[in-house]
Amino acid sequence: MGAEVPGVMAGIVTRKSGSTAKSQRGSEESTFTKWVLVSIALLFVGVFLLLPLINVFYQAFSKGWALYKESLIDPNTIAAIKLTLFIAAVSVPLNLIFGLAASWAIAKFEFRGKAFLITLIDLPFAVSPVVAGLMFVVLFGREGFFGEWLDARDIKIIFAWPGMTLATIFITFPFVARELIPVMQATGSEQEQAALTLGASGWKTFWFVTLPSVKWGLIYGVILCNARAMGEFGAVSVVSGHIEGITDTMPLRVDKLFHGASESSAVAAFVVASLLALLALITLVLKTILEWKQERDHALAQRAAPDDTVDYDQPSSDTTIVAKSLQ
Amino acid sequence: MSIEVKNITKKFGDVTAVNDVGFSIQDGELVALLGPSGGGKTTVLRMIAGLEMPTSGDILIRGQRVNDLSVQQRNIGFVFQNYALFKNMTVFKNVAFGLKIKKWKRADIEARVAELLELLELKGLEKRYPHQLSGGQRQRVAIARALASKPSVLLLDEPFGAVDAKIRQELREWLVRLHHDLNVTTLFVTHDQEEAMEVSNRIVIIARGRMEQIGTPRDVYEQPSNEFVARFIGVMNVLDLEVRSGVGRIGEMHFQLPGVVDGQARIGFRPYAVQISGDRGQYTFRATLRHTFFLGIMLRVELELDSGLLIRARMTKEDYARLGLQDGQPVSFQIRQFRLLAHDSAALGPELLTTYDTPPTIAEGI
Repeated sequence: MGAEVPGVMAGIVTRKSGSTAKSQRGSEESTFTKWVLVSIALLFVGVFLLLPLINVFYQAFSKGWALYKESLIDPNTIAAIKLTLFIAAVSVPLNLIFGLAASWAIAKFEFRGKAFLITLIDLPFAVSPVVAGLMFVVLFGREGFFGEWLDARDIKIIFAWPGMTLATIFITFPFVARELIPVMQATGSEQEQAALTLGASGWKTFWFVTLPSVKWGLIYGVILCNARAMGEFGAVSVVSGHIEGITDTMPLRVDKLFHGASESSAVAAFVVASLLALLALITLVLKTILEWKQERDHALAQRAAPDDTVDYDQPSSDTTIVAKSLQ
Repeated sequence: MSIEVKNITKKFGDVTAVNDVGFSIQDGELVALLGPSGGGKTTVLRMIAGLEMPTSGDILIRGQRVNDLSVQQRNIGFVFQNYALFKNMTVFKNVAFGLKIKKWKRADIEARVAELLELLELKGLEKRYPHQLSGGQRQRVAIARALASKPSVLLLDEPFGAVDAKIRQELREWLVRLHHDLNVTTLFVTHDQEEAMEVSNRIVIIARGRMEQIGTPRDVYEQPSNEFVARFIGVMNVLDLEVRSGVGRIGEMHFQLPGVVDGQARIGFRPYAVQISGDRGQYTFRATLRHTFFLGIMLRVELELDSGLLIRARMTKEDYARLGLQDGQPVSFQIRQFRLLAHDSAALGPELLTTYDTPPTIAEGI
């Protein structure tokens, strides 16, 4: 940055005025295209996203509030909710720590194998969750690599909560790191170096300088990570063993209830599903708020300044507007 | 001695960024580390701060060897090129950060911050965040933050690089005043020779990882230790001559070079060493005045010889008027002083070959 600031500002200004002119001309010519595209998008969102979501809630409440409540307090459902919360409570903090460490290393240091590490972080995105689950079965299952050793010590990983937690950690591994790497790279390491020259220890620098500067990205990553940890089906399903009341998480419970024989069981499936849908909605709201905050912080940092850089460089009317809006 | 740098070398892998650099800075001096970009000067500054470790050599601050001290223990104030203010903290918190880390009492912190903000003309901005400040204000906050816990030396990396030309001029004058008031030993990095000349007591010239010269602005301008310095500091006319029996020639120009062996030689002279007359017969060389550039009270003129050689000269507005010069006019000129920069038998030589009666001041020369 620095010397480029005036240049960057000028660039933004020019681009802004350029694109405004273009889009104005464009909108006159292609009103029809615009409406067609917007309609297609809205139709798609309505049919594939909104409608199913509404239907989940509709089905859940189709037999009335009493049955909804009754389905909720079913001991097996309660157990599933508890297990889901437990797995998330273990895997999210672990991935938070891993994500911080990995993004810190990637953004602030140069080392051999950095590109490989970045690729590796994305592995869980590339692998089918079922395969991920199978990997753990192959490692820790009775016939697996460590199976005999674990069996001898009476440690149960597969078809028990430790295996399910491991599978969840694997699946949610990239979320925090993926969010943090670009934020940390954009921040650079000068602020941290400044803290060091002012006498701060590494830990204090992290706590007072690094963490606050990435907080929105961090929270964002944690929310996504949490949503996935609670919602994961495939990988967890493979290692769970589906023991009712013991190794069922909410998504597994939904699946089991839905395939159950009775009609009330189908309703119960939608009741549990509605909880997951609610989680999704909360996640989306939080995500939107955070994105807005992050963008605002970023915009403020970007245009910072300027009575003595912008005006001087490019005394156009656009710049004056930017400068005014700062005051 | 405030800062002593002894034969430091820094290698990044196979690349030698700094090669055997050594200099010392007295208490209270304001010194510029000057050189082209990528020449290693910032690396030297960062090694003094403790942000980089030298591959070999010693660094002493106030007589104490600091090689093994961490950056936190060196008690230096460092101002980063882009200021590196803490974005999530107010001006007050930025300046107070180092004091809080050093566990000062709250009342003492408040008093010290107030004192600094007053000194740096930042009063009333305590609650602002960095993004709410102008470039100049940010730089002053960065300096206030660096000065807060009374460092033994203040180090600045390209302090004026991130602001535009107009503000830069104000900041330079302001840094000189601040240094005068505080008298803290200050070392700053710049690639702008004019800035270094104007602001500092002494200049350390670093290029290609090596130290080329250290001296006062006047020293490095008038007594450049080699061709690089001579050409880097200020404007210089450089001519490659063919030498035969003590006389060097190029086109219709000739120079007395007693004792220089036959072959190639390179000479240089400052624009102010060119003396011009409107009378075609007065001086040795003849040329046409091609262009006049107005630079405030000074003028730069470009002379073109018949052979096409271009010579740059400088004079005051008054002299220009007195001589009745104008573009396109035939003139004659002489070179009052030149320097032998290189010749076949010695690569680089700073010898002064002719002298002039009244040496011009530096301000005129640049």
